Amino acid sequence: MFSHETIEKNLGLLIVLTILVVSVGGLVQIVPLFFQTSTTTPVAGLKPYTALQLSGRDIYIREGCVGCHSQMVRPFRAETERYGHYSVAGEYVYDRPFLWGSKRTGPDLQRVGGRYSDAWHMAHLNNPRDVVPESNMPAYPWLDRPLEDASIQAKMRALNAVGHGYTEQEISEAPAALEGKTELEAVIAYLQSLGIHAPKT
Amino acid sequence: MSDFTSGFWPLYISLITAVSIIGTWIFLRSHTTRKLAPGEKAELIQHTWDGDLQDFDNPLPRWWLGLFYGTMIFSVGYLILWPGMGNFEGVLGWSSRGEYEAEVKAAEAKFQPVYAGFMKQDIATVAANPEARAIGKNLFLTYCSQCHGSDAAGATGFPNLTDSDWLYGGDPATIQATLTNGRGGVMPALGAAIGPEKTKDVANYVMSLSGRKHDATRAASGQAVFAENCAACHTPAGTGMQALGAPNLTDKIWLYGGSEATIIETITKGRNGVMPAMAQTLGTTSNKDAKLHLLAAYVYGLSQKQ
Repeated sequence: MFSHETIEKNLGLLIVLTILVVSVGGLVQIVPLFFQTSTTTPVAGLKPYTALQLSGRDIYIREGCVGCHSQMVRPFRAETERYGHYSVAGEYVYDRPFLWGSKRTGPDLQRVGGRYSDAWHMAHLNNPRDVVPESNMPAYPWLDRPLEDASIQAKMRALNAVGHGYTEQEISEAPAALEGKTELEAVIAYLQSLGIHAPKT
Repeated sequence: MSDFTSGFWPLYISLITAVSIIGTWIFLRSHTTRKLAPGEKAELIQHTWDGDLQDFDNPLPRWWLGLFYGTMIFSVGYLILWPGMGNFEGVLGWSSRGEYEAEVKAAEAKFQPVYAGFMKQDIATVAANPEARAIGKNLFLTYCSQCHGSDAAGATGFPNLTDSDWLYGGDPATIQATLTNGRGGVMPALGAAIGPEKTKDVANYVMSLSGRKHDATRAASGQAVFAENCAACHTPAGTGMQALGAPNLTDKIWLYGGSEATIIETITKGRNGVMPAMAQTLGTTSNKDAKLHLLAAYVYGLSQKQ
């Protein structure tokens, strides 16, 4: 066997071996995830976010919703009774960045699509207390202003680079799809798209 | 079938894992110096730092070595019992999905008898049962309170369930149908068709129906507009039509508000009331039918107390 002194006296060797040791966990646990069917295949019906949903998602990120709302229903009965089917990896293939979150000051939102009406979301985002008097969620009244997302086409092209598959037609129609919409409508469009392709059994 | 896209990956995982554990073991063994005898001094290592700094070649503490070997033995045991080595599922056959399904099965076995008893009774009977009401209340708070409020008294745009006024009907079967399949109450936007002046007239006529303070002249000219545009759904007398979910305009209950401004807004822009289908919301949760049954009974019971 080689002497420990050899490693200690060769800085380059020490660096290489250190990197090798600390990367074992990632090589075994993270790298293979990119080569699994369940993590790379979208669940049935799942499509990349439309232009409006994509803009809404960026507002969701901008307003820091992920700080209080997770998007991950764990496989526990207490969660599936409240939210619906537990999350599966194939639901997230078009989530870049993912918004799983790690804190639930508010409820999980992975299954919120279709659960409430658009009107409910409008009232609720404008002032949560109007519909849920006990709520401690902040109000987001400023969302009711025109949506301005000049970079929507660039975003869609960037996402195409990682395989979202937006067609040229979808990209060229994107600005028109956002025309006349408010930020509120974009966020609601995004929320209403969440979890609607959850497993049905 | 393997979840991996090729047979390479299970091998890759198993190999790196095994080599890491065995390699660490061999490396540690080969570099462990023997334990010092009592009174024996460790040798000095033959190098000097910063002029006069030297260190002893002390052996690793035994407790530390013990812990390290312990973790390796643990990892071998773990990889035999639980999944970790590529496609190997582990001797215990554990999976998070399996654990979840067992949890659900256990809960079903526990609650099924309770639910089964209530399923045999009709909604009115269940509504009178305090135990069923307690279960129903929990279900209501989980699935319904976000719109209808934890006291079921509703909010602007979301109906009060504790009164005796019903958009679609308050009999048990209708409540259950509303819950299960949802409702879509559409008030069309009539602003463009009627025009602002006539809208104000008809709003005042609507206010007169429930005896609110109104402009009598405007109400009089609004009557004809009402007959022409509104009576088809709200009936000529304005008492509403439950088959369509068209509200009764002659009572003092207002879903969106009964002020002149709000009524004008309702007529101009229309309203789109959505009750989501609970059959869908409850989705894959267990005992779905029983939950709908108990929820319907709870909601039915809310208005029966008065």
